[in-house]
This record gives sequence, structure tokens and C-alpha cells, in this order.
Amino acid sequence: MEFDLLSQQLINSYQRDFPLCDRPFLKLAQQFGVSEQQVLTTLKTLKKNGVLSRLGPVFNHQQAGSSTLAAVAVPANDIDRVAEIINNFEQINHNYAREHHYNLWFVVTAPTPEDLTQALTDIGDATACEVLILPMEKSHHIDLSFTVCFKPVMEQVS
Amino acid sequence: MMTLSADQQAGLFAAIEQGLPLVERPYLALAEQLAISEMAVISTIESWQTQGLIRRFGLVVRHRKLGYQANAMVVWDIAAEDTERVADLLAKEEVVTLCYERPRVLPHWRYNLFCMIHGKSREQVLKQLADICQRHQLNKITKNVLFSTKAYKQRGGRYAATANGA
Repeated sequence: MEFDLLSQQLINSYQRDFPLCDRPFLKLAQQFGVSEQQVLTTLKTLKKNGVLSRLGPVFNHQQAGSSTLAAVAVPANDIDRVAEIINNFEQINHNYAREHHYNLWFVVTAPTPEDLTQALTDIGDATACEVLILPMEKSHHIDLSFTVCFKPVMEQVS
Repeated sequence: MMTLSADQQAGLFAAIEQGLPLVERPYLALAEQLAISEMAVISTIESWQTQGLIRRFGLVVRHRKLGYQANAMVVWDIAAEDTERVADLLAKEEVVTLCYERPRVLPHWRYNLFCMIHGKSREQVLKQLADICQRHQLNKITKNVLFSTKAYKQRGGRYAATANGA
């Protein structure tokens, strides 16, 4: 996927500190010397491409509710089916296949610890798997913003 | 200034965790949806940031779609007295995006420190990891690298307790 200059600027400048004012996209537009509509169109395109998951908050898990990393070990030829069962739980936000005996790794979030425990029990029942539960005990680095190294900057395509 | 009721705050929380609408006045759009003022939306989000409930506010991107196909969860089995020191070293590394302590679950799971490294290829990630281990003399620590092979789901956490918040 190629990214025009404005996409690159938005991605690398605004993973944090998005303006809190009545016309935030206008503020970005002025900074980058483009129109407000160009900023909106670019973001909509990124959204449509799936590059932009959303424009909004990343919550501090510990303050916002209850969450944990969890894993199950499933036969390789059954992983898509089990992943689908797990995905169907509303409490799942990340779900990855990984190379290990525990080959399906997911993050479960819930409003309260009780809801979280219930969700984990339900997932165990629905998948007939023993769930490895690995809650965060201490965070040493929680900043998810990430500088993206783009290939040499392309001429802006308008 | 901020006079939202608990219900209104819960409503705003549920609305923004889905992401801002991509319109000229996104906070006004949320305000109208929740029947509160634009100013209340902005000042409430501001206060959540100040309180640390919101860790960051902005574009949440999918690494894979940006060419960062290799995503490795590196897990370490570190003695208790060494964990803090190593974790802090790892956390300072540019390529490490997360660094968490988690419990061991013996006998199934022996690793107590987790970090995430994103890269454009498996080779690049392994090279970065080897470099980190060498610079900080971490080669003696038992570790394992779990590359992801498929993302079945990747989205923000949903904490709002609304039953219809799907």
C-alpha cells in the first residue's frame, strides 16, 4: 500500500494529542497546509483501507475496566474454527494465532473483574479448552504510539 | 465547568471508544447524539486525559496494514530480582512497543515478562532482538519468540457496560 504525504504526516503526528477543539481537522489542515476536507477525506480513506482502526482514545486498561491476556492450545487444523468462536465474544478485542503450543492469543476486556471472570469461563466452555490466563501485573511501557517508517516520501497524490 | 451526570459520562465513554465521527465538528456530533454540550464533551475528554483514564487520544492504526507484518511477542523467564532491571531496559528500546509483567502459570507457562516488537519482516525483528540481547547482555535469560501468523481480530477494548454497545 502506498501512502501520500498527508497520510504519512497524520499517522506519524497524531497518534496522540489529537486536538480537543471545535474544528480539530481544520487545525490539522492548517498545520499541514491543506484543506479541512482533504484531512477528512484522507482519514476516511485510511479508515476504508483498514489502516485506521479508529480515531479516538486508548484507555488505560487498569482504570477503564478489567482486562487480561489469555491463550488456548488448539490443534493446528482446528484453529480457524476456535478463533471464530472466540471472536464471537463481544469481550474480545485482539485475537492472534501465534507460533507456540499455546497458539491462539487474545485479549479479553470487561467492565468489571466479575464480568471478566465470567467471560473467561464462558470462553473455556464454548471452546472446550483450558484457558491460560495472564493478567498484567505491572506495566513498564504502555505507550502504543509508534513511529512508522514509510518508504521514501512519494509526491502527494491529490 | 464539567457537569455531566454519571449516565452522561458513561454515554460519552461508550461513544468515543467507538471512535470520533469523521465530520468537521466531531465533538458537536457526539454532543448532539448525547444531548449534552460540545464544551462538555471536550472538557470531559480533557479531564479523562489528565486523570490518566485515557492514555492517548488520536489515530489508532493497524500495524499490519502499514507494512509491519511481523509482530513478535517475546516472552522471558526472569528471576524476580532481575525482572525490574531487564524490563526497564527493554521498555526503553525504540522497537519495543509494550513491556508487561504477567504471572507464571506453572507447569504450563514459565515466562513472566512480555514485550512486543513490531517489524517489517521476521528477519528484521529477530535481528533487532539479537541486537538488544547483545547490548544488554541478556543472552543467558531463557526466552521465547512467538510470531503471530494471523490476526483474527484487532480493535480497541470495549469497556462500556451497555448491552447494546456492539
